Amino acid sequence: MNLSPHDVAFGIIAAGMVIAAIGVVTTDNVMHAALFLVMVMAGSAAQYLLLAAEFVAWVQVIVYIGAVVILFLFGIMVTRAPMRATASQTNSQRFVGAITALGLFGLFAAIVVDAYEHTRFVPGDAGTTQAISSELFTDFIVPFELISLLLLGALVGAVALARKD
Amino acid sequence: MQIIQFLILAAFLFCVGVYGVIVRKNSVLVLMSIELMLAGVNLNFLAFSAMLNDTAGQIFALFVIAIAAAEVGVGLALVILIFRGFGVSDFNELDEMKG
Repeated sequence: MNLSPHDVAFGIIAAGMVIAAIGVVTTDNVMHAALFLVMVMAGSAAQYLLLAAEFVAWVQVIVYIGAVVILFLFGIMVTRAPMRATASQTNSQRFVGAITALGLFGLFAAIVVDAYEHTRFVPGDAGTTQAISSELFTDFIVPFELISLLLLGALVGAVALARKD
Repeated sequence: MQIIQFLILAAFLFCVGVYGVIVRKNSVLVLMSIELMLAGVNLNFLAFSAMLNDTAGQIFALFVIAIAAAEVGVGLALVILIFRGFGVSDFNELDEMKG
């Protein structure tokens, strides 16, 4: 079995993502959880680049690391979540949760190993900005317009919910 | 590259997210776990898009990112509303509807 540079890069990034993902769900410090989430999202963006999905990778960086995590930090600040690890943030369902997650992972892993064990591929040019834009503004123009309505609804909804009157 | 390495990583992210949704007390942390699940799903979309060389998977990933952003905005507004109404942000203490 010979490893290509792609496989080595995948392994390094995936190891970081696994550690950070476990950090998000185990740390008692809410601030650290947000920073671990940044690591997972940055790792995801790097994996998208390995898959030659350049446009989605940069959208991921801008939307997740730039906007969503900042929203989370505001949420932590407004709800006065514990910034230091004062109390455990895990409830008494730890073992049920671990069994559920492990069982689900085993199921998923068995299915994908069974279906795609020897499938190899080389990423094509489906992820270039040009390909995405020509597809988005022809075949997917109606969903694209609908998503702008959805974002407007979310904007108005968030303001209506969170404002004081 | 093998498709399976991306699919296994995506499944792992999703399952870690499920674990987080089940065990986390703080509502902001539950929302973060949901983001982990969405990241796993997105990785699946992009892996299959690259394998089949089909742009539709990339478009779906973009829609998932847009909906995730809207979800976080509304979700955090709800969390702030709950915090203002009950003075807590732990889901365990919200037992008003418990019979």
